[in-house]
Amino acid sequence: MTLVTLLAQQLVNGLVLGSFYALVALGYTMVFGVVKLLNFAHGDVYMVGAFAGFVVLSLIGGMVGTSWLGVGLSILLSMIAVGFLGVVIERIAYAPMLRAPRLSILITALAVSLVLQNSVLSLTQGQVFAFSPKLGFAGINIGAVFINYKQVALAVVAALLMIGLELFVSRTQYGRAMRAVSVDRDMSELMGIDVNRVIAVTFFAGSALAAAAGTMAGAYYGSIWYFMGFLIGLKAFTAAVIGGIGSIPGAMLGGLVLGLLESFGTTLPGIGSEWKDVFSFTVLILVLVFKPTGLLGKSEQERM
Amino acid sequence: MALEPGSPGPQAVEARPSAWGGLTVLLDTPAKRVVAIVAILLVMAVAPQIFGAYITVILTNALLYAILALGLNIVVGYAGLLDLGYAAFFAVGAYSVGILTTEFGWNFWATLPVAVVAAAVAGVVIGGPTLRLRSDYLAIVTLGFGEIVRITARNLQITGAASGISGIDQPWLYGWHIVSQSDFYYVFLALAVVAVLVSVRLANSRLGRAWLYVRHDEDAAEAMGIDRVRVKLAAYVIGAIYGSIGGAFFAVNLTAISPQSFSFQQSTLFLMAVILGGMGKIPGVILGAFVVVLGPEFLRDLGSFRYLVFAVGLLLIMLFRPGGIWPAGGRR
Repeated sequence: MTLVTLLAQQLVNGLVLGSFYALVALGYTMVFGVVKLLNFAHGDVYMVGAFAGFVVLSLIGGMVGTSWLGVGLSILLSMIAVGFLGVVIERIAYAPMLRAPRLSILITALAVSLVLQNSVLSLTQGQVFAFSPKLGFAGINIGAVFINYKQVALAVVAALLMIGLELFVSRTQYGRAMRAVSVDRDMSELMGIDVNRVIAVTFFAGSALAAAAGTMAGAYYGSIWYFMGFLIGLKAFTAAVIGGIGSIPGAMLGGLVLGLLESFGTTLPGIGSEWKDVFSFTVLILVLVFKPTGLLGKSEQERM
Repeated sequence: MALEPGSPGPQAVEARPSAWGGLTVLLDTPAKRVVAIVAILLVMAVAPQIFGAYITVILTNALLYAILALGLNIVVGYAGLLDLGYAAFFAVGAYSVGILTTEFGWNFWATLPVAVVAAAVAGVVIGGPTLRLRSDYLAIVTLGFGEIVRITARNLQITGAASGISGIDQPWLYGWHIVSQSDFYYVFLALAVVAVLVSVRLANSRLGRAWLYVRHDEDAAEAMGIDRVRVKLAAYVIGAIYGSIGGAFFAVNLTAISPQSFSFQQSTLFLMAVILGGMGKIPGVILGAFVVVLGPEFLRDLGSFRYLVFAVGLLLIMLFRPGGIWPAGGRR
């Protein structure tokens, strides 16, 4: 394998990884923009999304098969189910806390994360499940680089979801309300915006995107377990911070940047794949220290 | 951290009549409190003789958690900073002792100052640049830091990689070889008493009042001339030292350490101890530590459900009693 092929292969890997990060980072950033809450449980929502997709696929697999159509449908159904889960979580755990001191909200979010994790742990007895849809190993060769159809589909779906979100936020009534609430919540309320509904929509959309990422990750990597959301939650948060937390294009950009940084960073001499996570956390800390507003973020006053 | 009017912050909760009214009456004068403390210490002092080996091991573990929770309480409860990577400092202490005693043949007591300095340096390195950030960024940075320490310990040769370090010698103290479980129980009991005394003195010191002020209103505190970064850094470093000392004694107690002991779950357990009992309240934090260690023992029959029970408990406490289970009172 020549150096060029290696780099091109890493580019593909980085884009795949980056798509997952970007989808999950969007949920962080949207929720943060609207309610100024760091949703620690978001990585676990992704994990629940993977399990939801798994369950859906085993239920409908008999009817539609476990190939592309089946996986597509399970992504869709998982998104809807987990979207509602996000709304329920917001209503039960976060709504009563939104005006409480910051430390209390953070710990509540952590508690939600532990509840989700341990619920799945109890239900699955901590087992790793094989998520093995029949998507085949076919692909296309571009020059010397092999890209399989799974990677193509993943990138396309991620791009479509992000374009859809962007259109939703910039063109629809709810999107405008969402932007208004993120600028000034109290004033939006006075202008007649149903803030609670906007928050619910935000949680729905963020959780649905995480569920899509979770199901796709399960189908792509082939296994799911209760702890799979922890690391990606942390990474996606890193991506959101790199892009500028609160900024939707920032989250997409940050996700791709982090994905590429990781896949190229681990090919550097001296940084093997066992140091991959250390590498991204170091990036996180450096970004926070030197440019806390991220690539596309605006500086913001701490909420008092 | 300022409370908006009518918000359900700790103050609002403290004003509510406590379900523990009876206990509050039991402890409402200094004399009664002294009696209670002496009684508890007496029970603790004879516990290993009464309860046997198995319970002694669990109680030793509870005392270790109490020491660590008291340290974390300085960061979270006193200074109001959320630290999700506290196990990192615990690891720094444990690995300092592990490496220096096994690789370099140092005496355990000589390694303690190194463990303390290493933890303080780690606290400054991670806290220095990040304490200027918003509080929720700090939470995630500490989480990342905790993971960095754990992964580093898992990948380096000197830390024994994934299998860790074993064969750490148990220490001697003036001809007393601290070796049996009840020996270690008394060592941890003494450490816990010291930890409590230091915590009490700190809370009532100038620094303690500065923490209280920074926690309640950072901007007002700064306007009054408190250097908020320095004050937070002090909390961070003192908390780190508690964690490191806990880790050092943990290492000689078990004689073997491995990266699994310093995971994120460990950090959340320490945090849970602080929050369950009541952030900032010393008796509450100790109670929280005992609940976190003894609770799963009592719930053993539930198998893996016990952690779910714990997580739901934490959520319910945050929603209905954000001040923790210990009744509030006094000046705080």
